[in-house]
Amino acid sequence: MGLLDKQFNNSNVIITSIDGLLNWARLSSLWQMQFGLACCAIEMMAAAASHYDFDRFGVIPRATPRQSDVMIVAGTVTLKMASRVKRLYDQMSEPRYVISMGSCSNCGGPYWEHGYHVLKGVDRVIPVDVYVPGCPPRPEALMEGLIKLQEKIRNESLVRKTA
Amino acid sequence: MNDLLTHPLKTSTGRTIRSEEMIINMGPQHPSTHGVLRLEIVVDGEIVVDVIPHVGYLHRCFEKHCESMTNYQQVIPYCDRLDYIASMNMDWAYCLAAEKLLAIQVPERVQYIRVIMAELQRIASHLIALGTYGLDVGAFTPFLFMFRDRERILDLFEMTCGARLLYNYIWIGGVSHDLPPGFVDKAKAFCKYFRPNIKEFNDLLTYNEIFIKRTANVGVLPKDVAIAYACSGPMLRGSGVSFDLRKDDPYSIYDRFEWSVPVGKGEVGTIGDCWDRYMVRMREMTESLNILEQALAQIPDGDVASAIPKRIRPNAGDAYVRSESPRGEIGFYIVSDGSGTPYRVKARSPAFVNLSVTPEICRGSMIADLVAIVGSVDIVLGEVDR
Repeated sequence: MGLLDKQFNNSNVIITSIDGLLNWARLSSLWQMQFGLACCAIEMMAAAASHYDFDRFGVIPRATPRQSDVMIVAGTVTLKMASRVKRLYDQMSEPRYVISMGSCSNCGGPYWEHGYHVLKGVDRVIPVDVYVPGCPPRPEALMEGLIKLQEKIRNESLVRKTA
Repeated sequence: MNDLLTHPLKTSTGRTIRSEEMIINMGPQHPSTHGVLRLEIVVDGEIVVDVIPHVGYLHRCFEKHCESMTNYQQVIPYCDRLDYIASMNMDWAYCLAAEKLLAIQVPERVQYIRVIMAELQRIASHLIALGTYGLDVGAFTPFLFMFRDRERILDLFEMTCGARLLYNYIWIGGVSHDLPPGFVDKAKAFCKYFRPNIKEFNDLLTYNEIFIKRTANVGVLPKDVAIAYACSGPMLRGSGVSFDLRKDDPYSIYDRFEWSVPVGKGEVGTIGDCWDRYMVRMREMTESLNILEQALAQIPDGDVASAIPKRIRPNAGDAYVRSESPRGEIGFYIVSDGSGTPYRVKARSPAFVNLSVTPEICRGSMIADLVAIVGSVDIVLGEVDR
């Protein structure tokens, strides 16, 4: 078991809260929806491939929204695509998270001023948890965004209802 | 397909079984459409009757942006984002057209740097194309191997201009930075490192029995159809036509290098099938290495910024220049009205043209082969929709 090996010699009991255990399990296996839109998708692929290896965070791509936990909006969302992005988000089961990757999906990016067919930020159609800036963001930046999302999940409570 | 239509199936009591066509929607979110392509597929059972590609999900208003910028240089970053897998080639193509409009002669060193960058980019682009093609037909490991090598190329780019994917490196009349110290040695080391890896890819994927079964004799594009649809790049060469702009209409300094144009020969199936297109890309990487090694050995010293114009204001007129991107013939048509911004910039994108032949080669194939065919076309949606 590597990290946990011989750490619990005295007894098999560890004490933690239900939230702590559940959140640890949830944040350690965030399945991302395999869904690339534009340039950022290439960096997302690079992040998932051998050099950066997203698998070590428990992030593996799933091709279907129904079995994925996090949607990484990687690329320019056009007006034609916006309704599809919304529909895909609606198909995901709760709890679901969104990482907006790159300037285009944050705010329209380089297409902000003259892009008559570009949505000025994906947060106009779906709620976003983490914004990753850059055009395109490096895989390290995406990784930082993912760690921020994990932090957010760690502080959530499934047992205690939030107002 | 024709058998079923002309001789309908009958039950033992003599009743004819009814079959009807169905429409299946593939994309815009589908892992094998390489972006946001939507295919409307008409199927009869498992057989594809027709395919209608729907584009426009990534229309990013390229022409509008070109008109709205304040000068010619500002268009280059948008060219980067057209074909985001081969940004260097896109920048270069646009700069070639702008330089023709301005009648600029670029220095010798710049020519060599551009060739080096373009060929490195071609290898990187083909690595993505082949790796994701492996994913499409169910081979995961080659994807990891190819991305490992692609990262080395990206390290070279990053060392030169600081960016990994979209560079804005090739400028009108020159390049933004000179090569950093040690670049040539590192690039040579890369060539030495990469050459044996091509054999590794061949062992892993190319001659893999399952891969051959999935791609040989699938999606055959005959020579005459390829020419009639104005296909270019590996799509055309896979069908056995030896046509490469670097050879047949040499731009820049491509006429100085010794290399050959790989074409599809139908080694494991028919000429022009998916395997041939795949193999052309694989062999092009070797040829790119040949060009790279010669360019790295010959590169002269010099100033890279001497020909960069301070103020770009070409005379009224137009220019069209075509060049060879990893996907085929990329052409930029620039119209100038004598002002500081282009009046119009039109991009002739190879992926869009290559995509238009897809319905032709998909008809009559099995629905499972559709993914293999679309993958072998190697489309980049940024360039298709612009």
